[in-house]
Amino acid sequence: MAHAYTPGLRISHREVIRRSRTLPIKGKVLVSEGDILEAQQIVAETFMPGDIIPVNLSNLLSMPPADVPECMLVKVGDQISMGDPIARTQGIFGMFKSEYKSKYEGTVETISNVTGQMILRGEPHPVRVLSFIPGKVVEVLPEEGVVIEAEVSYIQGIFGIGGETFGNIKMACDLHSEELTKDKIEKDMQGSVIVGGSRVTADAITKAVDVGAAGIVTGGIDDADLRDFLGYDLGVAITGTEKKGITLITTEGFGDIAMAQRTFDLLKSREGADASINGATQIRAGVIRPIIAIPVDDTVPEAHQAEGHVEGVLEIGCSLRIIRDPYFGMIGTVKDLPSEPQALESGSKARVLDVELTSGEIVTVPRANVELIEGDS
Amino acid sequence: MAKLDTDKINVILATDCGSTTTKAILIQKVDGEYRQTHRGEAPTTVEEPFADVTVGVINSVTEVAELAGRRLVDENEKIIHPATDSEGCDIYISTSSAGGGLQMMVAGVIKEMTAASAKRAALGAGAIVMDTIASNDGRKAHQRIQRIRELRPDMMLISGGTDGGDAKHVVEIAELVSPAKPKPRFGKEYQLPIVYAGNNEAVENMEGIFQDGFELMVVDNLRPVLERENLGPARDAIHDLFLEHVMAHAPGYNKLIEWTDAPIMPTPGAVGNILQTIAEREKINVVGVDIGGATTDIFSVFDETFNRTVSANLGMSYSISNVCAEATMPNVLRWVNFDMDERELRNRVKNKMIRPTTIPQSLEALIFEHAVAREALRLAYQQHKEFATTLKGVQQQRTVGDTFSQQTSGQSIVNNMKLNLLVASGGVLSHAPRMNQTALLMIDAFQPEGVTSLAKDSIFMMPHLGVLAQVHPQAATEVFERDCLIYLGSVVAPAGRGKEGKPCFSYSIEGSTLNESGEILFGDIKLLPLGPGETATISLEPAKTFDAGDGEGKKVKAEVRGGTVGLFLDGRGRPLDIPQDHSRSKKMIDNWVNAADLYTNGQE
Repeated sequence: MAHAYTPGLRISHREVIRRSRTLPIKGKVLVSEGDILEAQQIVAETFMPGDIIPVNLSNLLSMPPADVPECMLVKVGDQISMGDPIARTQGIFGMFKSEYKSKYEGTVETISNVTGQMILRGEPHPVRVLSFIPGKVVEVLPEEGVVIEAEVSYIQGIFGIGGETFGNIKMACDLHSEELTKDKIEKDMQGSVIVGGSRVTADAITKAVDVGAAGIVTGGIDDADLRDFLGYDLGVAITGTEKKGITLITTEGFGDIAMAQRTFDLLKSREGADASINGATQIRAGVIRPIIAIPVDDTVPEAHQAEGHVEGVLEIGCSLRIIRDPYFGMIGTVKDLPSEPQALESGSKARVLDVELTSGEIVTVPRANVELIEGDS
Repeated sequence: MAKLDTDKINVILATDCGSTTTKAILIQKVDGEYRQTHRGEAPTTVEEPFADVTVGVINSVTEVAELAGRRLVDENEKIIHPATDSEGCDIYISTSSAGGGLQMMVAGVIKEMTAASAKRAALGAGAIVMDTIASNDGRKAHQRIQRIRELRPDMMLISGGTDGGDAKHVVEIAELVSPAKPKPRFGKEYQLPIVYAGNNEAVENMEGIFQDGFELMVVDNLRPVLERENLGPARDAIHDLFLEHVMAHAPGYNKLIEWTDAPIMPTPGAVGNILQTIAEREKINVVGVDIGGATTDIFSVFDETFNRTVSANLGMSYSISNVCAEATMPNVLRWVNFDMDERELRNRVKNKMIRPTTIPQSLEALIFEHAVAREALRLAYQQHKEFATTLKGVQQQRTVGDTFSQQTSGQSIVNNMKLNLLVASGGVLSHAPRMNQTALLMIDAFQPEGVTSLAKDSIFMMPHLGVLAQVHPQAATEVFERDCLIYLGSVVAPAGRGKEGKPCFSYSIEGSTLNESGEILFGDIKLLPLGPGETATISLEPAKTFDAGDGEGKKVKAEVRGGTVGLFLDGRGRPLDIPQDHSRSKKMIDNWVNAADLYTNGQE
């Protein structure tokens, strides 16, 4: 028995997952333990102080700063609407009075007789956290948020950009090996999670953004297209905060690579269902991979693990994907696991395995260059 | 930890948990001497579903056990310890750099001023700056907090305000960072290091704000007055904290600590110890490198002064994409002697980044990786030279309206002409299929001048020996001398530039196995056979624009050491100049590849 060198990404028809959903700063939790939540339900919220708007009344009304307080028509704490009179000068013998009417909305925070400024505080900004994945509240974190448990069809992507979003699944390709091109993006895909097959083209991404799609899930993307789309070259794989109008997840990697059949079939079987997706990726110790979570109902079959198979273990008959050239992206099963290191074309010696590709061809590749296809069958 | 009786130690097991690969070696007493007998390796297991570095340790040790025919791991997947006659080990030790590179966030009051200085200090320390937070960055407080949480930085540098000035703004920034409570990527016990390099009036506030759950280090203000920048102390603090608190940590680190007989050392600490020992013992100037998946560590000893830098953004797997982005693809491709499709290459680089544990299977993939390694080493050495300066902490004058450039002060003490020995270590160098490849890769990247010996860590065991030296110096020395360092040979390379095809230098070599004289033209490189243990005397007469150590055009006589590769006569000049035009550079590289016999004669 040997541990797989590169553990595979998870693909499950049914899986129970837990997610912690918390506010950045303390606030109020709006749901209770045991509540059943929708994907876009607000679970906790707080309010950040509004923007500060300085209004220099001394300048605006041409009077000394010290005179400002006595000319004020409002006081600290008052709510101001646009057009409300704020201050009026005394004028000369009660004549020629000047008045300032507010151009802003907010609450009067301070009035200074030193600078002649009134500080208005804009409306508080609500900060909300959504449930993201529909499920049950299993724990309330007081003043912070909740932990949600959900049973979902679960797919880990290999790389993504963009943050959390939601949409119903729309298949744009008929085959797992079909390129996701511009002509496959339709107007009715607005708000959807579009599922492609192999590589997504640059113009297909642009069109998906134009039609207002929530996300794209596909096999691969050319790095050159990703660079052009982002406007910069990714140095390290730490993503998730891009604001490009769409979340993009690749399930296999970079280049023209077909989505694994199992992943494609699973997504296809859930077409029309609502999916919660997140492209955030961090590839370093303590890795974060993009996720696609689709809540399950009774029609989704129960998960069952292949009998006798231990997760993460490389053994004869295991399904795997080759993750390095010259066989990059090819799928097959383990045919043999020779124990002695063997010479590669590069001249290096490494432990290898024989893989029977779906075409029937048997190739020898380093053990480090394969990835198990994990998850229930 | 009980005190070890070193006389009773017969079997030593050592692992090095790199960011990508975990390497295990077995050292055994053979005929009264300690020898490295077996080695094994396995991918480091910091990813799910394992997320536990000890799984990779057990995998690599299992491989050693299989090869050695000695049971080292019990049925509970624990290292058998202490040893009996037929199984287990007497000492188990480990180094670690499994935490990978350094990704940090910096914060300052004004984006264009203190925050910009903070960013420069972090970059100078070899970190990847994930984001810069400033009072005027246009984001709201909760957005900044959210950002800190999402990015999970390994460390933060906070600066702001001039010394004695208003402390309010920098305190406000700190008050944002503290409630964000960034979740560490290594588990709950890890305390986020914070370097504070701002207004000295705010130090007390910082100590209050960061007293729980943070590891605060206060250093001199990096902008003590508006016009002056003082990056050195912040940069050094980042570097030290990285080594002490970030690099070695990884999921499962605490479990590993319980298994070992000596504290786990960060890999660069262990390698640095070994290289210092070489320099001291031989009384020479040494440069060593350990290139890993996430970081590249450079060590130098010049005139007994030791310097170490860890470029946490340059490496061959996790950081490979960053190497290509920093060096630019044309600079990488200039080392490749055939046409490659850039679009395809970009995909390959990113695929290596997202699946860091893969290895090159085809020759083409190997050549490309060696090209990337040349650039990673070149950039890391450049950074090392900037660090290793004569006048540390000298302040840089900057004016308010300066267009800032990344510069450091002081004269580098790294002098390639005075370099005696260049040592290669790390996966891509230690495991290159042919030693000729390692030798030329080092020459191309470091560009040694004059006469320099080349050596490599035979199977990548310097980290293991570095930590072993702490608990069993005798065993470490014996293994180092007999099994670790392999001399590749020497390189003779006059500095200067000339015209292609014109003479660079003439030479005459006298030795027991090599007696030859001739002329090397500018742009050429020649490899002569000079085997391990052999030496020869070379007399050089450089052309008038070339310096072989005693000045331009001056004759030089020196002893050269042989090795498994031989003696390189390098007439390519210094600095190496490779044309941007790929059709010209391809031909040039092709000549060098053939002259150095890189890929033609099968494997070693």
